[in-house]
Amino acid sequence: MHIPDGFIDIPTSATFAALSAVGVAASLKGAARSLDEKTAPLAGLTATFIFAVQMLNFPVAAGTSGHLLGGALAAILVGPYVATLSLTVVLLMQALLFADGGLSAAGLNIFNMSLLGVWFGYGAFLLAKKILPKNKVSITAAAAFAGLISVPAAALGFTLQYAVGATATFSITTVLTAMVGSHILIGIGEAIITGLSVSAVMASRPDLVFGYRGAKKNLEIRQG
Amino acid sequence: MKNRLVAAGLVLSLILAGGASFYASSQPDGLEKVAGDIGFLDSAQESAVEDSPLAGYGVAGVENERISNGLAGVIGVASTAAVSFGLFYALRRFKKDKP
Repeated sequence: MHIPDGFIDIPTSATFAALSAVGVAASLKGAARSLDEKTAPLAGLTATFIFAVQMLNFPVAAGTSGHLLGGALAAILVGPYVATLSLTVVLLMQALLFADGGLSAAGLNIFNMSLLGVWFGYGAFLLAKKILPKNKVSITAAAAFAGLISVPAAALGFTLQYAVGATATFSITTVLTAMVGSHILIGIGEAIITGLSVSAVMASRPDLVFGYRGAKKNLEIRQG
Repeated sequence: MKNRLVAAGLVLSLILAGGASFYASSQPDGLEKVAGDIGFLDSAQESAVEDSPLAGYGVAGVENERISNGLAGVIGVASTAAVSFGLFYALRRFKKDKP
């Protein structure tokens, strides 16, 4: 999913870099409102954990591998603004230190994974949480659903970028079908890892899970 | 209690990136596979940092692949932790300073 330099032309890459910059700036503002003594270390841990898990490519069908993108996971654990920043840090470290994802393509990658992956994942989570019964198992199920949605959402972002500014001239429908098809499979892996990770934190410190705190707010018991 | 969760998470990240990543699949990822199948993979250009000592998740000059990959993973985890903890603590402080 990390776009190298060269796939997408420079004007399109620059346009998406500008869009990403707007999204990241808004997230800096949003994150500054939500971060406190308790959530700042969890936010740092989330970014670090996602970097580590992104190194673990798992095999999917037909000579393809995928790895966790982590956008949905981060959004549920630390909220969507902090998640956008976490993914952006991870993508920049990968591009700058490890040549994973191009430098001119950084804005494209940030748009797809830090913005689309996070916000579509978070939207899917909220929707599923609304429909499912109000309990802890539902949080895990909603998290898995969010993971499943977030990966094809990011793949659609690439397809859009390809349609606008590909340097090659293949049919957009062909790219769309292939990208969404393979990334639904990767999304199943994303769903499993997202569900397991959220349920692990729910088991130890449910109070730290952003997506669960919201659900509990109405029932909060205030202790003096 | 919170510190224990953070410490456990950081140790797990080091184990995953420093050890388990050696066993990760080296098949092309979804985008690479699609690009190869359709035929636009060769429009990819080398990254400007392709010659960096850590490019491709290895440490230049370390012969043993397991050590090279693991070391790159540990460096990546440490760097990501430094930048992200720094950023999030700075944002939290920024908020506190506001009237």
